[in-house]
Amino acid sequence: MHSADTLRSRPTSCPAASADGGCADDQIAGDGYTCRFERGARPESLILNMGPQHPSTHGVLRVLLELDGEYIVRAEPVLGYLHRMHEKMAEVKNPAQFMPNMGRVDYLHALAWNWAYVGAVEKLAGIEIPERAEYLRVITCELNRISSHLLWWGAYLLDLGAFTPIMYAFDDREMLLDLLQLMTGSRLTYSSFRFGGVYTDASPAFVQGVRQFVPHLRSRLPMYTALVTENIILRRRIEEVGVIPPDMVTRYGASGPVARGSGIAYDVRRAEPYSVYDRFDYEIPTRAEQCSMARYMVRMAEIEQSLRIIEQAIDSLPEGEHMHPKAPKPSFKLPAGESYFAVEGARGKIGVWIASDGGKTPYRVKLRAPGFSNLALFAECARGTLLADAVAILGSLDMVIPEIDR
Amino acid sequence: MASIFRTIADLWSLVVGLAITGKEFCRPGVTVHYPRAEVTPESAASFRGPIELIGLDKEPAKPRCIACMLCVSACPSGCIAVTRAPAPKPTPEELKAIAEAEARGEKPKRPAPPKAPGTWTYDFSLCSLCGSCVEVCPVDSIGFSNDIYMVGTKREDFVFDQLARLARKAAARKAEPKPAAKPAPSAAPEAAPAPAASPSETGAATPASEA
Amino acid sequence: MNATISFDSVLHVVLALVGVAVFVGLNGLLLVYAERKVAGFIQRRPGPYEVGPQGILQAVADALKLIGKQLVRPDRADPLLFWMAPVLAFFPVLLLFLPLPFSPLLTGWDVNLGLLLILAFAGFNVLALLLAGWGSNNKYGLLGAARAVAQSVAYEIPLLLAVLAIAFQEGTLSLSSIVATQGSMPWQWNIAVQPLAFLIFLISALGETNRAPFDLPEAESELTAGFHTEYSGMGFGMFFLAEYANMIVACSVCTVLFLGGWKGPFLDGAWWFLAKVYALLLAMMWFRWTFPRVRFDQLLNLNWRWLLPLGVLNLLATAFVMKL
Ligand code: SF4
Ligand code: SF4
Repeated sequence: MHSADTLRSRPTSCPAASADGGCADDQIAGDGYTCRFERGARPESLILNMGPQHPSTHGVLRVLLELDGEYIVRAEPVLGYLHRMHEKMAEVKNPAQFMPNMGRVDYLHALAWNWAYVGAVEKLAGIEIPERAEYLRVITCELNRISSHLLWWGAYLLDLGAFTPIMYAFDDREMLLDLLQLMTGSRLTYSSFRFGGVYTDASPAFVQGVRQFVPHLRSRLPMYTALVTENIILRRRIEEVGVIPPDMVTRYGASGPVARGSGIAYDVRRAEPYSVYDRFDYEIPTRAEQCSMARYMVRMAEIEQSLRIIEQAIDSLPEGEHMHPKAPKPSFKLPAGESYFAVEGARGKIGVWIASDGGKTPYRVKLRAPGFSNLALFAECARGTLLADAVAILGSLDMVIPEIDR
Repeated sequence: MASIFRTIADLWSLVVGLAITGKEFCRPGVTVHYPRAEVTPESAASFRGPIELIGLDKEPAKPRCIACMLCVSACPSGCIAVTRAPAPKPTPEELKAIAEAEARGEKPKRPAPPKAPGTWTYDFSLCSLCGSCVEVCPVDSIGFSNDIYMVGTKREDFVFDQLARLARKAAARKAEPKPAAKPAPSAAPEAAPAPAASPSETGAATPASEA
Repeated sequence: MNATISFDSVLHVVLALVGVAVFVGLNGLLLVYAERKVAGFIQRRPGPYEVGPQGILQAVADALKLIGKQLVRPDRADPLLFWMAPVLAFFPVLLLFLPLPFSPLLTGWDVNLGLLLILAFAGFNVLALLLAGWGSNNKYGLLGAARAVAQSVAYEIPLLLAVLAIAFQEGTLSLSSIVATQGSMPWQWNIAVQPLAFLIFLISALGETNRAPFDLPEAESELTAGFHTEYSGMGFGMFFLAEYANMIVACSVCTVLFLGGWKGPFLDGAWWFLAKVYALLLAMMWFRWTFPRVRFDQLLNLNWRWLLPLGVLNLLATAFVMKL
């Protein structure tokens, strides 16, 4: 019905296409980006657009794949479908007004972003934080980390074709969200840290709830292990798949569970201790296997470590204020200068750099998203693997696209 | 030989998985069957829903707001629009006084506008529920509602005339001293005169900053 | 046989076909409902709940929705192949029901080569999937079709080997006589004699019917929807029905071969047959909602390295024992 000619005569914005009289290769005709994804040396390879709408790219990531059968010859992630100009917004809003944005950069570990921004502002403006608030930040941030890992766990299993685990994870996550709602008033996009403290004080109900939740989740973890971690199909799917050697980690600047799964014990909570993390007894889980399973195991172990931190923090929660009495008014001006503050998010090192010229709004804000670096190594890591492995690798990197695109 | 045992152990893991899902199959579900059932009011209590005005203790239909505009400038998304109430019409005596003052070339003393808002509108569709407005308000006139069942079919449904809302809510509370336990989903445009005892408006106005 | 074909027997077959179509349609609805309820209960949610009491009419509503939907064909798809595929997926399946002995009296067409008929016609399914994937001019579809072919061809062999072991043992290819030779009590069923063949059959049946954890041709997290990516409305509905019909056939054959067909400890009859078939179907659903999906090379490895040698061994052992 449609000859190749009608195809070629289709208007295309692709400049390279018109150069040789129509897109020579209708497989990669399309938007401007695809044109630059030049066809490889193999004439028989297939170019596949995975995403931006694809069940396992978790949002609007697009991955261009050159396939030889089901083997991936080349992979290239394409970003920009969810760019919301958070950094630019930071330049036109005063620090307090920019805070709600931090709940939306990485919606799964929003409190870490809250913390990174609040921390950078506090550092620059020399704002003190009461001890109780530090503890509350640790507790809520770790709870949030667990909720992020639980969701990742479920979604990863969904990628691998198991539908049930995500429902079990949500069951537990729901309790967590109830707890976090007590403290922050929201269930997903938290905006609850404040310059000089936290928005609400911990109610007895919250303390009680956390005390109950920790053993509850601990009792659930063996079930997760038996149902999923030890399942032979899962092990065969992700063991020795997506090996990321330590040098690749350092070359791309990956962090978080991706780095720790490759045996690099880098965790901002340890490496550059902030807040009161140095007071708790916990481990930084690492694995030497470097594969997807290693990253999986690191995250599962991190859930347990977070529970440990929460347990200690809730037991030693000091009395006192949740906001420093000298905390600034929301309309305060940042002093001129620069500051950088990094925290450990569920996906890795979250950094916020603020430069201020003393005006109402910061001069420039840079957000360092861990997912961006982690995703960058996908292109190299996925080469030569099967399509199904690519899905397993992509999932094991735990991407949150809004964070990567910002 | 060892590999055979390994294989058997591997296969056993599948049986274990089946046993777990089988067990879960027999346990009751955890879903809350909305709208036949709802989450407990306690779990909604701490939720930061769309903001609302808080009335004076003595006169619940009148907001505490003094029209200082702090919330308007603090809001990151520009959801709030407040105008001052107009000054009251000068009484004949005052008019006379003004005319005399003007004749004398002095600055006339006009009646000051009251410290109260004339209009107070709020666009929930822009709001990020950050709480800045709640924090800055010097007279604690803003609080979060915990209306978690809010729906609307068009954008305008989410632009609230907060003064009317407050009045309705106060009236509803008066008519029915005990707040109904079942707030129905509602986002009726504020222009539409809602029945006084509209159940949606009876949900207690709890500022989120509890404890 | 051709000499004895009479008007009566043709009428019988036609009636049986109509009956089978109704049976498949109703069962499709029932199974969709059951599948969703099973998934729901395993995941601790109610499953379909709103349409009718306990959501019993949900499947009907979905079927009506599918029927009412527009049939969309992609711009550059091959119209003939594209539309032929769902038809080819669904209608040959009906034939598979003909030789199934629901009970001694309730058999569509009691041919003495029933088993062969089923195995032969089951091959149509893979052709349909191939046409669907190829005809819809979609890269995901193509990959799904390629997977379907490799998978079906591979899993047919151990399936056959398992069936052969039973046929060897019974010395017949007629399904009703296979049932007849089995006793009433569970330990008199073939599963007691041939447990390995049963396992091989069950796993291969999962592979043949593209059920999780072997649902690679439509692996949604990799291939969006595989071979039926481009199908809408009843085009998709036909594939859907065919999948469930294939499941019923696979479980029925399994019941006949290994679980004593219509025989039970008491009151032999079609209800035993149906009960066993449904138990197997439920097990298949249970697997689906428990396990992750295997990878394609693992799927083939499992087949060629485990099922096939085991099947051959089992067959040889059967032959040896029979010879004694
Ligand atoms: S909660 Fe935040 S976004 Fe919403 S009205 Fe108040 S200040 Fe504005
Ligand atoms: S609500 Fe509060 S902050 Fe806003 S104008 Fe009124 S008094 Fe000022």
